[in-house]
Amino acid sequence: MKWRRFRAIFHKEALHIMRDWRSLMMALAVPLVLLLLFGYALTLDVDRILTVIYDQDQTPQSRELVERFRGSRYFQIVPGPANYRTIVKHIDDSSALLGIVIPNDFAHRVESAQEAKVQLLLDGSDSNTASIAVGYAEALILAHSAELREQMLQRRGQGKLKMPVDVRIRVLYNNELKSKNFIVPGLIAVILMIIAALLTSLTIAREWENGTMEQLLSTPVRPTELLLGKLAAYFVLGMADMVISLIVGVGIFGVPLRGSTLLLIVSSALFLFGALCWGILLSTITRSQLLAYQLSLLSSFLPAFLLSGFIYSIDNMPFVIQQFTRIVPARYFVAILQGVFMKGTGLEVLWMQMLFLVMYGALVFTIAVRKMRQKMA
Amino acid sequence: MWERVTEIVRKEFRQTLREPRMRGILIGPPLLQMIVFGFAVNLDVTQVRLGWMDLDRSVESQEIRQRFVSNRTFVITAEAGSEREAQDLLDRGTVQGVVRIAPGFGADARGSRQTEIQVLLDGANSNTAAIVGNYAAAVISTRNKELLMAQQTRKLVGRTQNGPILLRIPSVQPERRVWFNPELKSRNYFVPGIIVNIITLVTLMLTALSIVREKEIGTMEQIMVTPIRPIELMLGKTIPFAIIGFLQMNLVTLIALTIFRVPLNGSYFLLAGASCLFLLSTLGAGLFMSTISDTQQQAMMATFFFFQPAFMLSGFAFPLRNMPQVVQWVTYLNPLRYFMEIVRGVFLKGSGLDVLWSQMVMLGVFGVTILFLSAQRFHKRLD
Repeated sequence: MKWRRFRAIFHKEALHIMRDWRSLMMALAVPLVLLLLFGYALTLDVDRILTVIYDQDQTPQSRELVERFRGSRYFQIVPGPANYRTIVKHIDDSSALLGIVIPNDFAHRVESAQEAKVQLLLDGSDSNTASIAVGYAEALILAHSAELREQMLQRRGQGKLKMPVDVRIRVLYNNELKSKNFIVPGLIAVILMIIAALLTSLTIAREWENGTMEQLLSTPVRPTELLLGKLAAYFVLGMADMVISLIVGVGIFGVPLRGSTLLLIVSSALFLFGALCWGILLSTITRSQLLAYQLSLLSSFLPAFLLSGFIYSIDNMPFVIQQFTRIVPARYFVAILQGVFMKGTGLEVLWMQMLFLVMYGALVFTIAVRKMRQKMA
Repeated sequence: MWERVTEIVRKEFRQTLREPRMRGILIGPPLLQMIVFGFAVNLDVTQVRLGWMDLDRSVESQEIRQRFVSNRTFVITAEAGSEREAQDLLDRGTVQGVVRIAPGFGADARGSRQTEIQVLLDGANSNTAAIVGNYAAAVISTRNKELLMAQQTRKLVGRTQNGPILLRIPSVQPERRVWFNPELKSRNYFVPGIIVNIITLVTLMLTALSIVREKEIGTMEQIMVTPIRPIELMLGKTIPFAIIGFLQMNLVTLIALTIFRVPLNGSYFLLAGASCLFLLSTLGAGLFMSTISDTQQQAMMATFFFFQPAFMLSGFAFPLRNMPQVVQWVTYLNPLRYFMEIVRGVFLKGSGLDVLWSQMVMLGVFGVTILFLSAQRFHKRLD
């Protein structure tokens, strides 16, 4: 391997990237757009649940419960007449998620110290939102119930009857439970994969398709030099994206970065190296831009997005898929990202993930060099 | 005119289906995507890994543990003897939460004093954490309710001639009834959405690439010297992918029904009709991509660049209702949004045209507009 030849290839590839300013702009804009989307617009947090309340009872007692719903930031009451028909209609056309029916014996039952029922009618189609929403509604009703009980006991002069056991829930790492705090760090893995998938997978295939590979073959350049030269150019681009994401994520969206920035940069470099090698490997094997692109989209972007634990937690996947995620490098990188960003953990916890990234990079690099040797020979 | 259009269509089909690898691309990726998406995209919380930190080791704390174990949602996978161990389990992500019972819990419970149980949650995934917190609170509140009921029947307030008067406490009990997806399975919600993802991506990309490839290789000039007119070329270039897109919609729907067993509550024909309307938009967008790109790489980048945000803002995984108001307005300009609503409405709610007509109209309006504008641009570019 000669430094001069490596530099020449790097220079040529860099020129190629700079010349095609549209692709360059997109390569730099993709992270910004994704960050803006995930930091600003896309959230799994549930609030302002559209709710229709059908109060059959219309007593001070039932209105007290209605007021509780009105006062909660989790619920937004849909105005207008309410009855079973309108609840069905609202849920059918998705203008409400939840219908609450307070039966007409509500006040009577509360006053006579019996169990009063409140019906919750729920649109379950979006199961995630639905189960969080119903959780809030039930908690609110139970809190109301506890308050009624205390009032009643006080009126009778029995003093307070406390809950036998109290649950204290403490949320670590992300105590406001904001989804952007875990999605934005994981996004870095996706962004780096996009660079690898969209740009690198095309780079060797393009030379074959345009017939410039023959020209390269006639030069004294060696496979390793060609591979590293091409890789280096995209590596710079990828790291630029990584830094952009870091600045925007922490600076603008206020995502906490509790661990070491150095660890973050080193692990990103390792991950990026492996991902780029994979893209080049596909590009070498297929020799077709369309095919290489499709394959790398399927084999790198899709797993990074879906099988890495970035949004969808691996614990909830079927066993077979869970086992499969063990060979997805993005899984380890996302674990590092979330660990460093949110938990502030260091190498003592994350060394295994780092080790995997190193091994993955080395393995794919070796295979890519070997394949390129075969194809160039 | 039709003769020339059929000629192009035939050429396009032959070109697409000639290579075994290309044939593979038409079937493989959608299938794979469907399966990975279908199994991986899942926000249901089952089998929560719980750490148990019992510093009391009394009969009462054992009873609490029994309640967590018998609740199928939780699996106790680790024991922690100290705060440090508990913290470590959470740091490493070995468990998703730790239940901590302080010393003296049993004694307090026996003495009817106020006691508490601590649940430490790994909030790293806020969505899972919120649901796990709800579940844990539910386990304890069920126990409390049973205990109160027992107290209620035991506690004597006084006696009359008719018999004893027992303490009676009012309570309000929520009763839930879930429509459309009674088991709250997220698969039923996501799998129909994947159909939208797949047909958008495939038709958009195939259309854009098939035209750009001709430009890149230089065969576009050859086509231009034939007597073919731009409109004919355009029809010839889009019709094959419309057909492929439609077939793929059917294939993917079939998988949804058979492998994932998602119920199709509404009408298949409404679904097919909406797909046709939707294809107008994606083919139009594909044509547009081809006019702004000179190389396949640019076309792919452009496709990706437009597709990703459109998909994210379609309501697939992230509910539109949670977005900031401005972004919600933007989503009204997104054809994917309407198609997503139709597909989910038809699959889950069994809605018909009476509910979904406005979405259908919007799809039609967008389809015709996008196709028309792109066609004009395409036309100009060719002249």
